[in-house]
Amino acid sequence: MRRINLRHMLFVVLTATGSLYAQVSNDRILRAAQEPQNWLTHHGNYNSQRYSTLSQIAPDNVKNLELQWLFQARSLEKFEATPLVVDGIIYTVQAPNDIVALDAATGRLFWTYSHTPDPAARPCCGRVNRGLAILGDTLFMATIDARLIAVDAKSGRPLWDVAVAKPESGYAMTLAPLVVKDKVIVGTAGGEYGIRGFLAAYDAKTGKEVWRFYTIPGPGEPGHETWPSQNNAWEHGGASVWVTGSYDPDLNLTYWGIGNPGPDWNGDERNGDNLYSCSVVALDADTGKLKWYYQFSPHDEFDYDSTQVPVLADMQWKGSPRKVMLWANRNGFFYVLDRATGQFLLGKPFVEVNWASGFDEKGRPQRVPGMVPTAQGTSILPGNQGGTNWYNPSYSPKTGLFYIPTWANYSSLYVKQPEDYVEGRPFRGGTPRPTTPNGIRSTVNNYAKEDEGYGAIRAIDPHTGEMKWQFKMTDVTDAGVLTTASNLLFSGGREGYFYALDARDGKLLWKFPVGGRVVAGPMTFSSAGRQYVSIAAGNSLFTFALKQ
Amino acid sequence: MGMWQFRIFPAISMLLLGALPVLAQHEYTESEIEAGKAQYAINCVRCHGPDGDNITNADIGHGKSRRATTDAEFVALIREGISGTRMVAFPNINEQNAQTIVAYLRSMASTANAAASLPPGDVARGKTIFEGKGGCRTCHRVGDQGSRTGPDLSQIGAQRRVVELHRSILEPDAEIIPANRFLRIVTKDGSALTGKLLNQDSFTVQILDVKDEKLKSFSKSNLREYTFVSNSPMPSYKDKLSTQELSDLISYLASLKGQAN
Repeated sequence: MRRINLRHMLFVVLTATGSLYAQVSNDRILRAAQEPQNWLTHHGNYNSQRYSTLSQIAPDNVKNLELQWLFQARSLEKFEATPLVVDGIIYTVQAPNDIVALDAATGRLFWTYSHTPDPAARPCCGRVNRGLAILGDTLFMATIDARLIAVDAKSGRPLWDVAVAKPESGYAMTLAPLVVKDKVIVGTAGGEYGIRGFLAAYDAKTGKEVWRFYTIPGPGEPGHETWPSQNNAWEHGGASVWVTGSYDPDLNLTYWGIGNPGPDWNGDERNGDNLYSCSVVALDADTGKLKWYYQFSPHDEFDYDSTQVPVLADMQWKGSPRKVMLWANRNGFFYVLDRATGQFLLGKPFVEVNWASGFDEKGRPQRVPGMVPTAQGTSILPGNQGGTNWYNPSYSPKTGLFYIPTWANYSSLYVKQPEDYVEGRPFRGGTPRPTTPNGIRSTVNNYAKEDEGYGAIRAIDPHTGEMKWQFKMTDVTDAGVLTTASNLLFSGGREGYFYALDARDGKLLWKFPVGGRVVAGPMTFSSAGRQYVSIAAGNSLFTFALKQ
Repeated sequence: MGMWQFRIFPAISMLLLGALPVLAQHEYTESEIEAGKAQYAINCVRCHGPDGDNITNADIGHGKSRRATTDAEFVALIREGISGTRMVAFPNINEQNAQTIVAYLRSMASTANAAASLPPGDVARGKTIFEGKGGCRTCHRVGDQGSRTGPDLSQIGAQRRVVELHRSILEPDAEIIPANRFLRIVTKDGSALTGKLLNQDSFTVQILDVKDEKLKSFSKSNLREYTFVSNSPMPSYKDKLSTQELSDLISYLASLKGQAN
């Protein structure tokens, strides 16, 4: 009996502490919201709300936040990654493609896995990476030379490494993968190089491709008729994927935002709606089959990628419970969709918009005549970087508000030029120009006036699309947003601050000068009972906690 | 060549078209020329100078390049360089951007002589005007002389075309680049000051105080007022200088290329 009791006690102890060292099972990922001490997926959990139930840091004590540690990346590239946190270990990516494992409480380095990208890699907009996925003891990284690499989370040893697409053709990957069940889902960037975009799922154990969904339908597939029949524009029509999607386990649907059609600013050779560019697609997570789609910007010529984060929420909609998707699009409109069917429920501008005047009953935008790129240039609101872009918004179930990193008062002059497709070369069809006086704004010193564009966090009531409040910045922002159950909102911007607002009214509660622009989303976790908040800024990862 | 140039300088344009068979292969838009100007400033001006004529036998600003005649040849030359010369390849400039540089060069050829109606200028006389009658050093600095509150002109001849200098002197409000903006500030205790804006963010502002040339940083929460000065503090010299004096002053400014003066 004595031996049995000891064994029993040992089992109890191991079970109690087991969660500290357990593998990241599918079950844990599905219930990620129930272990807010961790950050198990790129957006925190499958609904991508970037909302945490941690509340130790609150409006009344946030002023006591202090820097605990910072990790300086050996890279001068933009630091766009949101880290994962698993049981006291932070995993993040040092650009372009080095995975680092750090102690979450001290920032000390356990190991580095370094991938040297193929020199043929040609990502359009920086040799960046936005993060990782994990399943079991395996981390997954998508690389700028379009490879998917599995790495042991304990040792940093590579397990498998597969080519997803050809970098010499302009394919690249900058997003964090999404793990669903036993598969790792990624999408391909390269919309400025005339790729044919796709999403693909790989077996997490072997790296073998399980399914592929082309974001431009081929001949005979529904949607192919939205591309011209007299040419092969569909073969190099872009529709890239470069921001991580979401997953609804009840519906078994995974949602992804699709990028612009190519060439970006000249649609003459691609008449039609150009599906599924500038759309959200809902795919069966097991097969990759399309369940529904909604196209935000048919026949886009403004580079309005719909590569935003599909934010999933369950709420009362006109008196009935509804599974919805909240989406602030680069095209300047805020949308609410039914995520089971794709039904359009609401569309309302959250910034100044002059290319569309509203929607028909099916949710198709009504174009304003003449608002198209021309050889002389047409001034379009919002401008080429959009009313928002890839940086993540947040939805707080606590406040019921949706928070958008916003570019306001911002337009571009769209100039159309002819361009022939050549594999692996830029395929853009023009150049958008600044409409502000004297051209391009400085990226270092800020001399801008408010009417030349400014950044803001805008809080939207998803039921009406009305703005409840905004927090203005003098410069535009590329920073994501985090909200917490204690009604805090964390974000940053190009100005080099990391700050906390009251999520209820936008009042500034705390700020810290991080000395470099914030081009990433914040996240929070806890370790040994202490809540931390982390943000990448400049070339470093900063981690804060309350003064002890 | 843009329509704008045709409207403003029809006679000059026609003259140049007749004289130089190397001019534009097609018409360029104003926005293409503007974009090319920005590209030129980033990539080309350091060697070729603001008027494109710094290098002997390679006066690209006036269609006198020996290596390129057509637009396509110019684009190839920019992107591939010329082996054995200091003209390195710029593969980072994509074809469209190279095209806009060509657009700017073509426009430069048509406007370069816009100030040519002036009599020949004298650099030494221009320096005297700059330092004396013109009172330019009250705001501007050249080398180690003059105020720092206006734009430093020590290298202005390497940065701006003659036609741009001409316009800035006569119409200082026509183009104020953002880095030359001024702010009026009133602190909560009522002190007012004007300064050259050096930087700003949501919470602070950094200026060079016009009065004492000190670098000052303010927390916006301590300010009662914070407004951009809409016009240039520089007066127009339209009726203050004779045509000859104007030409002399421009000649002096065009000679300022970073060397001690």
